Amino acid sequence: MLTISNLVKSFGGESRSGGGRVLAVDDVSLEVGEGEMFTLLGPSGCGKTTTLRSVAGLERPDSGRIVVGDRVLFGRGINVPANQRGLGMVFQSYAIWPHMTVFDNVAFPLQVRKRSQRPSKREIRERVGKVLETMELDHLADRQATKLSGGQQQRLALARAIVIEPPLMLLDEPLSNLDAKLRENLRYELKRLQRELGITSIYVTHDQIEALALSTTIAVMKDGHVLQTGRPREVYESPNCKFVAEFIGTSNFLRGKVVSRVGDCVEIDTDAGRVQLVSSAQVPAGEEVLAAVRPESLELSTTGWGNRPNEWPGTVTNRAFLGEAVDHIVRVGQTSLRVRCNPSVSIKPGTDVFVATEPSKVTLVPVG
Amino acid sequence: MATLAPGAPGVLARTREALVRPRTLVAIGATLVIGYLALIPLVYLLLTTFTDATGAFSLDGFARAYGDPRIGQLIGNSLWFAAGSALVSLVVGTGLAYFNVRTDVPFKALFFAASIIPLVIPGILYTISWIFLASPTIGLLNSLLEPIFGPGTFNVFTIWGMIWVEGLHLSPIAFLFMVAAFRSTDPSLEESALMSGASRVQTFRRVTLPLVRPALLSAALIMLVRSLESFEVPALLGLQNGIYVFTSRIYQVLRGYPVDFAGAGALAVGLLALAALGVWLSNRAGGGSATITGKGFRPRPIDLGRWKPVVGVGILAYFFVTVLAPLMVLLYTALLPYYRPPSAEAFASMTLDNFIKVFNLPSVPTALKNSLVLGAGSATIVMALMAVAAWVVVRSDIPGRQILDHIAFSPLVIPGLVLGVGIAFVYLRSPLPIYGTLLILLIAYCTRYLPYGMRYAVSGMQTISTELEESAHVSGAGWWPTFRRVLLPLVAPALLAGWVYIFVVSFRELSSSILLYTPGNEVLSISIWELYANARFGELAALGVLMVLVLVVLVAIAYKVGARIGLKD
Repeated sequence: MLTISNLVKSFGGESRSGGGRVLAVDDVSLEVGEGEMFTLLGPSGCGKTTTLRSVAGLERPDSGRIVVGDRVLFGRGINVPANQRGLGMVFQSYAIWPHMTVFDNVAFPLQVRKRSQRPSKREIRERVGKVLETMELDHLADRQATKLSGGQQQRLALARAIVIEPPLMLLDEPLSNLDAKLRENLRYELKRLQRELGITSIYVTHDQIEALALSTTIAVMKDGHVLQTGRPREVYESPNCKFVAEFIGTSNFLRGKVVSRVGDCVEIDTDAGRVQLVSSAQVPAGEEVLAAVRPESLELSTTGWGNRPNEWPGTVTNRAFLGEAVDHIVRVGQTSLRVRCNPSVSIKPGTDVFVATEPSKVTLVPVG
Repeated sequence: MATLAPGAPGVLARTREALVRPRTLVAIGATLVIGYLALIPLVYLLLTTFTDATGAFSLDGFARAYGDPRIGQLIGNSLWFAAGSALVSLVVGTGLAYFNVRTDVPFKALFFAASIIPLVIPGILYTISWIFLASPTIGLLNSLLEPIFGPGTFNVFTIWGMIWVEGLHLSPIAFLFMVAAFRSTDPSLEESALMSGASRVQTFRRVTLPLVRPALLSAALIMLVRSLESFEVPALLGLQNGIYVFTSRIYQVLRGYPVDFAGAGALAVGLLALAALGVWLSNRAGGGSATITGKGFRPRPIDLGRWKPVVGVGILAYFFVTVLAPLMVLLYTALLPYYRPPSAEAFASMTLDNFIKVFNLPSVPTALKNSLVLGAGSATIVMALMAVAAWVVVRSDIPGRQILDHIAFSPLVIPGLVLGVGIAFVYLRSPLPIYGTLLILLIAYCTRYLPYGMRYAVSGMQTISTELEESAHVSGAGWWPTFRRVLLPLVAPALLAGWVYIFVVSFRELSSSILLYTPGNEVLSISIWELYANARFGELAALGVLMVLVLVVLVAIAYKVGARIGLKD
């Protein structure tokens, strides 16, 4: 559906070649399938928005190639202007035109078409009406666009983006201006709509929970590079580097040396003790590696199990009640591990405990 | 009173105590001075206008001024001139602002250079430059075009010439106004129109323009008021052919014999009413619909593509016409021993004699000294007053403090010439020996620049956290030590910026001075006025060139100081 190849975009510096230029997007290649909700996830300044704006045509890349369907939007000698790309876009600020009514905002993309392709007034009214109905805004059609609540503005921005039935919809942090509760509601709303309408979408966010909840595929970006692409569960459970493991959720890291490797079963020596894990990575014995474990994958016991492969003795140093869980900080050897427990479990600091996890829950991550 | 418990301080005592606190005394003092400066001229203007020789109420002045058969033409000319100039400045200014803020137009540095033109070329010099360029008899452009179009292609002494000169001189102000408007509009509003498939032209017409419409309307009214108040252009270009507007007619009435004070006052009151209406409407228009903006947008310039060279040439042409041509003709005239059209002999005869001659004129060194004294004096007085007044408005809880704000801003509405009329009326009647001294000009300048001083001081003070003062209070400092040792040092950069700005603008003041100066009390702009009246163009141009050079240096300093504290005009 959308193919981005070797996209490069730099900013700053007065001259094209001069120093001081920053590579916002550095050799990014992505493949987005039909009907996907594809998320670009990363901290601010990672290049996700620049990538999106390059697809939109609002930013002119230095080099690379952008193809939607079989139409080249950007490539050697080709740069289709933003207003001829026919894509839908929802801006972070929504960019609702304050001088127009709700209806006019949605009708605008149809009204500005070339005379030959412009639908009749009646058809415009019908199509806008239908979209407003889908977005549950039909009763507000005549209202001034500034007189809408945050959630309504968001739906209006969405309505305007889909009214031309674009092959691809671009969403630039559309939920970041809303309060936490509304954001959660709209997240599900957005997912439902996207699935129902079947529009291929690219979604930019820095919120990992949003990305996990919404996406069919996540691409994690940092410093203009894509670090990992995969299903939300894949990215969460098997991060391919320390950054991804830290950025998505929380991780405990255990540094150690590979001791042995039998099939997919790897044993490493860390200062917390011996760690067993499952990995297909080709790591020779003696190599320095990092093992990553999520706090919720760790279990806590005051008595111990005695027969588990990854079971380490330690001491609780701190605990925090979080409502839906209780976090314990457990000191194992020289390492502090965060262990997330059921709220019914609460162990006093100073208590000696055992921490354990399944080898399949431990991920091997390259050092650095 | 009798019911008060023994020992409880009485209301009177408490009030007395509050009144003698130093902060209150200083605040009251500043308010009185500001009130005197801003309001007394208006009171006397009305008094003189509405009374006859015996002091009884009378509308004779109005009858004489507005019963004149040419009054219809005068009002028509005024409005036509104001509307035309406003339109020229707005179209040019808005176009330039759009290209500057929203596109990757080349020569952006020139925009900046052009935008400070009204500050560095006083209106009187600008007008005279255009006379040198486009007068039917001596205009340089006309002599250049004579071989092609015959003599007198352009005639600056017409209403069209007036509109052209005033419009161009105002265009940088319209530009700055619209730059602010375009900058405060979220570019994603335009980007989303592009994404919706709208072309650039459609986007500009259907999204950009409607969004800046309140600002545009407000700017239009401000330009209208400024052209109505303009004195230099109508006086120098219009009087010659009997094209009168309010300002030039008031001047003429006051220079006539016998002087009809009430008649001039009536015209001044009419002009003041028009200006006040314009400013009021403009404030209403500006406060219109708010733009929805996203958080922290960075403006991204639109790629002009193949239009880039076309627009670039347009910018160069604008820069040449508004900046280079007037300056060059001034320099050209200054270097010639006597004025004549360009030729090989003309260039061969160039000398620096005029620069020496101008300082041998008896009035010029005095005028230079007077301008410096008045500039420094009014800037110092205004900023000292405003340091206190801004504190009263921004920080104190004194009831009615907003009134002080309004009073300090009121001279902004009063046309310079009307202020001159009002102040002349005050001190013609006053027993104080102020009329005919430099002091009357100082009073006029202080009054005119109150609003600028207020703006600098208030915005400077608003940027300073109250906690800094509160912590001084908690440390045991009273009002005065806090004001002097904490607040003043912190707002000092803003006060300094205001000082430099007032110093700069006082240099080009003409419209108030023209009614208040007496021989021996000339300032630089008056010297130029007199040199023009005596047709001593060479010396005039030399003085003009020097004045522009001085102003360029001063404006550079003003921008340096202003940029450091984050204030821009």
